[in-house]
Amino acid sequence: MATPAAPSGEFTGSDPVDPSRRARFAEFWFYFSENRGAVVGLVFFVFLVLLAVFAPLIAPHGPNEQYRDAVLVPPFWQEGGRSAFLLGTDPVGRDILSRLIYGTRYSLFIGVIVTTISLIGGIVIGVVAGYFRGWVDTAIMRVMDIILAFPSLLLALVLVAVLGPGLTNAMIAIALVFQPHFVRLTRAAVMAEKNRDYVIAARVAGAKPLRLMFVTILPNCMAPLIVQATLSFSNAILDAAALGFLGMGAQPPTPEWGTMLAEAREFILRAWWVVTLPGLAILMTVLAINLMGDGLRDALDPKLKRS
Amino acid sequence: MFRFLLGRLAVLIPTFIGVSIIAFSFIRLLPGDPVALLSGERVMSPERHAQISHELGYDRPIVVQYFDYLWGVLQGDFGTSISTKEPVLGQFMQLFPATLELSLCAIIFAIVLGIPAGVFAAIKRGSVLDQIIMGTALIGFSMPIFWWGLLLIILFSGILQWTPVSGRISLMFFFPSVTGFMLVDSLLSGQDGAFTSAASHLILPTIVLGTIPLAVIARQTRSAMLEVLSEDYVRTARAKGLSAFRVVGIHALRNAMIPVITTIGLQVGVMLAGAILTESIFSWPGIGKWMVDSVFRRDYPVIQGGLLIIAGLIMLVNLIVDLLYGLINPRIRH
Repeated sequence: MATPAAPSGEFTGSDPVDPSRRARFAEFWFYFSENRGAVVGLVFFVFLVLLAVFAPLIAPHGPNEQYRDAVLVPPFWQEGGRSAFLLGTDPVGRDILSRLIYGTRYSLFIGVIVTTISLIGGIVIGVVAGYFRGWVDTAIMRVMDIILAFPSLLLALVLVAVLGPGLTNAMIAIALVFQPHFVRLTRAAVMAEKNRDYVIAARVAGAKPLRLMFVTILPNCMAPLIVQATLSFSNAILDAAALGFLGMGAQPPTPEWGTMLAEAREFILRAWWVVTLPGLAILMTVLAINLMGDGLRDALDPKLKRS
Repeated sequence: MFRFLLGRLAVLIPTFIGVSIIAFSFIRLLPGDPVALLSGERVMSPERHAQISHELGYDRPIVVQYFDYLWGVLQGDFGTSISTKEPVLGQFMQLFPATLELSLCAIIFAIVLGIPAGVFAAIKRGSVLDQIIMGTALIGFSMPIFWWGLLLIILFSGILQWTPVSGRISLMFFFPSVTGFMLVDSLLSGQDGAFTSAASHLILPTIVLGTIPLAVIARQTRSAMLEVLSEDYVRTARAKGLSAFRVVGIHALRNAMIPVITTIGLQVGVMLAGAILTESIFSWPGIGKWMVDSVFRRDYPVIQGGLLIIAGLIMLVNLIVDLLYGLINPRIRH
């Protein structure tokens, strides 16, 4: 079987879109789509985003609507199941399917917010450390070492204990704990790029440090950061669910998946569906994002590219 | 080697001081009055407040308080629990063997399964076997382990009734703690069935805590093996006509193990974070559950002391891993 050739970098057409950007995307897509798992992950992720956006239209019931006559109804395929509650109901008579659909909103929101905060914070700090070096660098890296000395979930747990339990505080804590990874990656990439000819040329041409740091150097350091960002996205969902499970994240009756698991724990041997389904939702979401992450790494890491 | 050690310590000591500052300032960051928090007394007269404040040394400058705290820590004084009135370090020492036993079993489980799985996946690259192993590893890597634990309880404790749900050993058995390791102590006690009971309590927590390290080790072993298998010396060994077992098992594996050992060392932090969840699910009386319980009880001296001890422990293990790595791979020392 002949493999198709990679599109050349000089793809130009009559298209008004910037040709080099288009070609770069075509090249990226070529490598990304070679990884079947990554494409499956992407499709599932898009499906989750649609679920989250259109939750009120899709969900058959409200997430906190209680049906007193339908407590712990099993899923429809089991004896006693009802077609009105496809995946059954929880101990206070709420529809599990609807809560899972609304839960997508929380998990994706957590992933986006945590990744954005730690990515932006990490980039700014990392670029400064890598560009200036000297005592600024030493001070920043020591602080990062200190954060990394704690197990991330323990530090997040203690931070939430200080700030008070809740989803917002859980996100702040997780973002803070994830920060050092971005700082280290950015710093290493900036140090590698800093003395390249194009940077020196820009400096000679009179570019100021801020411009050099964020306009000249940064775009060339993005590949490892994007891969790390996908990893943070899935880890943020896992850690937030873990905090929710421990009772320190989102508080009931929020339909957050980890919190749903915590509420359902005592029914574990009586009603398998209240425990199994929220966890399955977490696993599938995290798995889809990690599959995409593997594909991104293959597509963006030049070391692994087969030319 | 000595210079390498000094270099590591030069980084480690300021980091530890930083960690101690965080642990020290933690109580002062909490909303509310630290004197009330530390004494555990909600309502008190101004005289009583001043007296406790003086006893705790809170009427002195903050820098003096910090150095006093650090001095205490260096002498092993990590504070006193509000709820049990016991020293934090003593409680830690009492509970730590349970976590250590569980973590050791979990890491052995992960290594014994993970390294062969990674090696097979690398040898049969692209095959169905490779895809199954790597697919399973990615699922393990994405696993919310608190849910995984509940699933195993439903299956093995609920439906099959093979394993107990919680604790370290059946309440039928009672014997003095010699090593703190239930597996060893139950054997030493000589009581019938004690060892089986301890082992059956350990199985599910071991699987749950070992799952993520297992996935990480399998993935890392596979990629390290793939890199090594394409090296010239492996091709030479093959060309010499050595058996596939010798080439893979002796020539390639030995070099592929260097990054894998680093990965295993990095799992210590992962294990301690995982212990928080695993111990909570299985009511395992170790330091993970201790920390979670302290957060709920608002036992701040325990949180403060525990945080510092655990961070110090991780730093120590990382130092040892670094030093071992320097011994195995002399290039890293320079």
